[in-house]
Amino acid sequence: MSVAVRQDPALIETNPPLVPGRRDYHDLTEQISTIVEAKVYETPKKYWVTLSITSSIVVLLLSMLTYLAVTGIGVWGNNRPIGWAWDITNFVFWIGIGHAGTLISAILFLFRQKWRTSINRSAEAMTLFAVMCAAIFPLFHTGRPWRAYWLFPVPNTDLNMWQNFRSPLIWDVFAVNTYLMVSILFWYTGLVPDVATLRDRAKSKIRAWVYGSLALGWRGSARHWRHYESAYLILAGISTPLVLSVHSVVSFDFATSVIPGWHTTIFPPYFVAGAIFSGFAMVMTLLLISRWLLNLQNLITMKHLENMNKIMLVTGSIVGYSYATEFFIAWYSGDVYEQFTFWNRAFGPYWWAAWTIYTCNAFIPQIFWFKKMRTSLWVMFIVSITSNIGMWFERFVIIATSLTRDFLPTSWGYFHPTWVDMLTLFGTFGLFFTLFLLFARFLPMIAMSEVKGVAAVERHTFAPPEPAAEEVH
Amino acid sequence: MSLINIATNNSKKSAHPKYWRSLRHLKMDQWADSPEFRSFIEDEFPTEAPSMQDGESRRTVLKYMAASLGLAGLTACSRPVEHIFPITKGIDNYIPGEKYNYATVFSLAGQTAGLVVETHDGRPTKIEGNPQHPFSQGAATALAQASLLNLYDPDRSWKVLQSNQDSSWDKFEAYVKTLPLNDGAGLRFLSESVTSPSLSALRTEALKKFPKAKWVEYEPFQRTNGRDGATMAFGEPVTPHTNFDKAKVILALDSDFLGLDWQTPLPTKQYSSRRRVATDEDLDNMPRLYSVESQFSITGANADHRLRMRGSEIRRFAIDVAVALGAIPGLNVLNNSAADRRGKFLAAVVKDLKAAGPNALVITTPRQPALVHALALLMNQTLGSLGNTIELHKVAVEDRVDSGVDALKALTTEMAAGQVSTLFILGGNPVYNAPADLDFAGNLKKVSNSIHLGMDPNETAVVASWHLPQAHYLESWGDAVANGIASVQQPMIAPIFGGRTVGEIVALVAGDKQSAHDIVKTYWMEQWNNGQPEPKAEPVSADLPIVTDPKVLDLELRWKQSLNDGIILGSKPVQPVKLTADAKKVAAAVAADPYPDYGGIELAFVPSSQVWDGSYANNGWMQEAPDPMTKLVWGNAAMMSAATAHDLKIPDGHMVTITRNGRKITAATMIQPGHADNCITIALGFGRKQCGRLGKDVGFDAYPLRTTDAMWYAPRVELYGPGEFFEFSTTQERGLADHQGDRPLYREVSNVEYKNSPKAVEEMGEHPDALDSVYHQFTYDTGYQWGMSIDLGSCTGCNACVVACAAENNMPVVGKAQVIHGREMHWIRLDRYYVGDEDEPRAVEQPLPCMQCENAPCENVCPVAATTHTPEGLNDMVYNRCVGTRYCLNNCPFKVRHFNFLNFHRYDPDIWSMAHNPDVTVRMRGVMEKCTYCIQRIQETKIKAKVDGRRDQIKDGEIQTACQQTCPADAIVFGNINDPNSRVAKLKKQERNYAMLAELDIRPRTTYLARVRNPNPELEA
Repeated sequence: MSVAVRQDPALIETNPPLVPGRRDYHDLTEQISTIVEAKVYETPKKYWVTLSITSSIVVLLLSMLTYLAVTGIGVWGNNRPIGWAWDITNFVFWIGIGHAGTLISAILFLFRQKWRTSINRSAEAMTLFAVMCAAIFPLFHTGRPWRAYWLFPVPNTDLNMWQNFRSPLIWDVFAVNTYLMVSILFWYTGLVPDVATLRDRAKSKIRAWVYGSLALGWRGSARHWRHYESAYLILAGISTPLVLSVHSVVSFDFATSVIPGWHTTIFPPYFVAGAIFSGFAMVMTLLLISRWLLNLQNLITMKHLENMNKIMLVTGSIVGYSYATEFFIAWYSGDVYEQFTFWNRAFGPYWWAAWTIYTCNAFIPQIFWFKKMRTSLWVMFIVSITSNIGMWFERFVIIATSLTRDFLPTSWGYFHPTWVDMLTLFGTFGLFFTLFLLFARFLPMIAMSEVKGVAAVERHTFAPPEPAAEEVH
Repeated sequence: MSLINIATNNSKKSAHPKYWRSLRHLKMDQWADSPEFRSFIEDEFPTEAPSMQDGESRRTVLKYMAASLGLAGLTACSRPVEHIFPITKGIDNYIPGEKYNYATVFSLAGQTAGLVVETHDGRPTKIEGNPQHPFSQGAATALAQASLLNLYDPDRSWKVLQSNQDSSWDKFEAYVKTLPLNDGAGLRFLSESVTSPSLSALRTEALKKFPKAKWVEYEPFQRTNGRDGATMAFGEPVTPHTNFDKAKVILALDSDFLGLDWQTPLPTKQYSSRRRVATDEDLDNMPRLYSVESQFSITGANADHRLRMRGSEIRRFAIDVAVALGAIPGLNVLNNSAADRRGKFLAAVVKDLKAAGPNALVITTPRQPALVHALALLMNQTLGSLGNTIELHKVAVEDRVDSGVDALKALTTEMAAGQVSTLFILGGNPVYNAPADLDFAGNLKKVSNSIHLGMDPNETAVVASWHLPQAHYLESWGDAVANGIASVQQPMIAPIFGGRTVGEIVALVAGDKQSAHDIVKTYWMEQWNNGQPEPKAEPVSADLPIVTDPKVLDLELRWKQSLNDGIILGSKPVQPVKLTADAKKVAAAVAADPYPDYGGIELAFVPSSQVWDGSYANNGWMQEAPDPMTKLVWGNAAMMSAATAHDLKIPDGHMVTITRNGRKITAATMIQPGHADNCITIALGFGRKQCGRLGKDVGFDAYPLRTTDAMWYAPRVELYGPGEFFEFSTTQERGLADHQGDRPLYREVSNVEYKNSPKAVEEMGEHPDALDSVYHQFTYDTGYQWGMSIDLGSCTGCNACVVACAAENNMPVVGKAQVIHGREMHWIRLDRYYVGDEDEPRAVEQPLPCMQCENAPCENVCPVAATTHTPEGLNDMVYNRCVGTRYCLNNCPFKVRHFNFLNFHRYDPDIWSMAHNPDVTVRMRGVMEKCTYCIQRIQETKIKAKVDGRRDQIKDGEIQTACQQTCPADAIVFGNINDPNSRVAKLKKQERNYAMLAELDIRPRTTYLARVRNPNPELEA
């Protein structure tokens, strides 16, 4: 505990500081910057080992995509009636993962949730990388990927025609691209002061030039800070509706169709809750790993982790409620096709997938009602993994199994993934972790300027602390 | 491949002058004779090519066939030297690129149907029925249509082989001269059923020259049981000719008359004409069909009442019905309990048959023994229907020509005894399909000079000492007669692989070498000189002109007119004879062996709906045309009922070994709902060992258990199993998906119900009148508005439309592995549902092309607008705009869209591109495709109408979709629904018209007419 803080010891007990330990601004800068500035041999060996594994997986992904583009969609298990299977499942899964980043950065920022500061940078980066992984699938799932640019409203010499703006896939193109662009801006804006710090500390000319260019001439003047803060606030304001809109639009791909199991008005909120749930699970997985890899226990504290677990409990419960609602509506609608679809979902050939999602997403997160569970590193790591598995299966169940058995029993089918399907999905994880590891090594993984702000607040706070720093739910 | 042609033609020193087009061509001919070229040809055409069964090996096809297209394409330039006259246009006005139709004739298993073949620049591309031929009436069976692909079979025989070594026609001709034929003592001919009058005449000549020679006709599915049954009943071999259109009550004793019992569309044409209900009168006059059968055939599916029963027990059932009808004097023991299903069924059938009297019809199948045929004829006689619903035609019996299994048995006995020195096997594949106990292959080796003429280097070809390539019927002259209606088989293309016809070989052997053209033409000239047939006779078809012009007496003109019509001028149906059946003789036959012991498990053989007797094994269209009932492609199965499978403790889809008398086969089991208990049915024709790349080792060969004493039903077989799991490739999921449950997709009503409440069909589903949409709604009320009506009442589920669509629209053949993945490409499919009771189900078939929804769910989801609506109401597919997101497929409630998951056509044998319709794009991988009501035909007709100056006046029926044109049941009607007088508009006004899934507000343009059944009220309860 810092000597400058005169907090009530009882309060400290229940509400520990966000940046514990004896640290001043310099310590913080040192701890975070040295990760970036370390020489190759100084970087922990476990980092290089991990990176070499993940980048090998990227090579695997590239070879799978090449094979696909050369041969055709037939190398996947997609068939008639299952036109979309793992491809769009993976797309929605990765888009969903991205949501936690924006939520942590933007919405928690707007709500002045100070605890976000040590995790928001990596969460934002995660958003970007997840959207990149997601974007692979709409591009490569087309039968003729060299024509996929026709989905963009760019002039093409072939047919010179507009896109079909009635198609939810076109809405998707706009929604996802907007999201990607705003996320990049938001992330980069937040990075500027920290990059400037790295520039100032740079000992080589190359470093100085690279970080200097990225810092956009940041000098840390009050004027800069004033513009920076309003720009950040505006971007947070723009990002916030995107958290809701992107996954709502993605859910329209299904909700606007006629297929039982897809044609459901509950999809937008259901998808958004699911996305946040899966996003937090992924942030949790990543943080637990990088906390261990890069020794950040003092910055990513139990308090952060516990708060995230609470959000997972809430969103997991919303998702569970949505599952129940779908079944109720299917029964209540009196529609034979809808009723069969949901009976089939729970008891048909894909019963195991359905019960996987009910277990992983609705039931397992309920253990976070217990403080002991939500503060146990092992429990939360396992739950974060099961939640990710559950959320992947949720998309698979909604997308693929609804297609397997629709209106005409004569066109029913079953989906068998091929090795290309599996290795492609596996490969996107490789890409995601590679990008994340590169980011963790070459950019400040924790927002130094923001953490300093939080540390400063704590340091100068008299008991009782400010309400904003107190409540974290 | 024309180079090969040239190579062989040059050397044979034919009677014709040699035609050459330029000096360069002549040089090329000389080069083609050179040894270098010959060795090049040897290298390029290995006889073996890998099976196309699985996706992996298909790719290697390219390697093997690299050169064939380049060579084969040239053939298109070589027109047949003989004169061929088109049905519509003279050759003088030939326009390249234009399609031309030629009439010809197709024979299978001794049955004949007239065809019209569409050709593009000398390549036959599509087979249709000849509208003027009484046995076709414009329709063609699936097998007849798919015979086109046999012409372009990449693995067809293309060279003369001596002891499996390359030889030539010259050497063969020299060899024939050396044969010690003398008086023909050791000379035998073995052919398939001969339908050709000119060949018969030639045969008579040859047999005259060789007085001790013999000719045997054998093929695996012959109608000799019917002949023997008629002989039993009438004392002479008459052919029964059925008039299904006159029948009011039909009892089909194991008969699959709508399916594989007849190889002409006629029975379906006749039967379905009475099931298309339009008026109350039609309702009253509907025929009622009772079917008693072992396996589920499409006839059973169309029956109003069906009784499942083992094939061997049908004999007993026939006796009981005959006794109950009073047809058998002296016998009155009714071995029947009135309480069980059989008893009730029998009582109802007998009552109904009696009531129908002369309009009743009892028929059986070529698979049933002679006694059942005799009983059926006797029953018809008792009912008074002989001469009305069934007529008897005399057949000419030729001396020293024997047919059937007994004749083959006699032949093999002679072969075994070394009495046959020279055997000509003219077509067919007896080594593969002769009864197993005859050991045909073993005995063939004892014949010193065995010559096999065949389309492909099959099992017989490799055993015979000589193998000669046979010309396909689309590339050679011939003729055929059916029920007195004679037609000339005129070629469309010169023999691609240099084959010759049976007639040419017979003429050669007889020492009078002639071309097939001369054989046929000379024959008919002689006939006409003798005054047969009378040219001024009434035409057989209403469409044909009545010939009064004396010029037709000019024989050349008569010949041309006959080629044009597809029917020999003046030929007319044979007159039925009146005969009385000898009931006592039949009764004596019954009494001699009234109730044979039927214990144990029985194995029944049926022809395959896909590969027939095995001759279509290398035909991709047929291998991939789903069996109408099992929906199985690329293979067959040992089918049995669920109860039998339970008793035998053999689960579905597992290998079993079936043995009888020390012979055995292995096959995978399939549980077939509605199959009779204690018996197994297996389709013949699969499991070929010496076959092209497509048919080799596909399915299970059942011939090894087929012996002379058990040609159709093998009693007391033993089963050993279950072995390992076997994955079937069906186009429809089995189990839950066999039933439509409470979904009002397929709708049917009984005639009584329909009469009492005409709205019954409509009320089965929701039909929203006005639903609001956020989008602008189009009205589609001007100009042509295309629509289709499909009559479920008359559709029999025969598969003809599926093959027609594949042929017309250049559908790729995807192979077994891709079908298992659910990637078959048929734009029209036949949905089969079982209805009712698990043990005694009925079955229904529903053809499903694209519904062309006005409010199409596929259209608004396409991001690039690659599928859009035309002002004429068609749901178009723009292939070159499609990027392949597959969203349209997902959102199609009928799943009638098909995606090119791979570049399927790339794996086709190259020669198949000759069969492609040039009016239709060959789709590449990555694009979606679907039925567009044959838009190429619509456009063609529109252009024609515009040229004729009647832009908006296309006549109703002027445009026919491929499926409609070939439908033997006339169940599919296409036209302008904006014209209230069009057929389709009138059909859509019927009360039984309904749109499938109308509750989704998709407004389908394809609507259905609900099936009206005619159940017997006594059995319905």
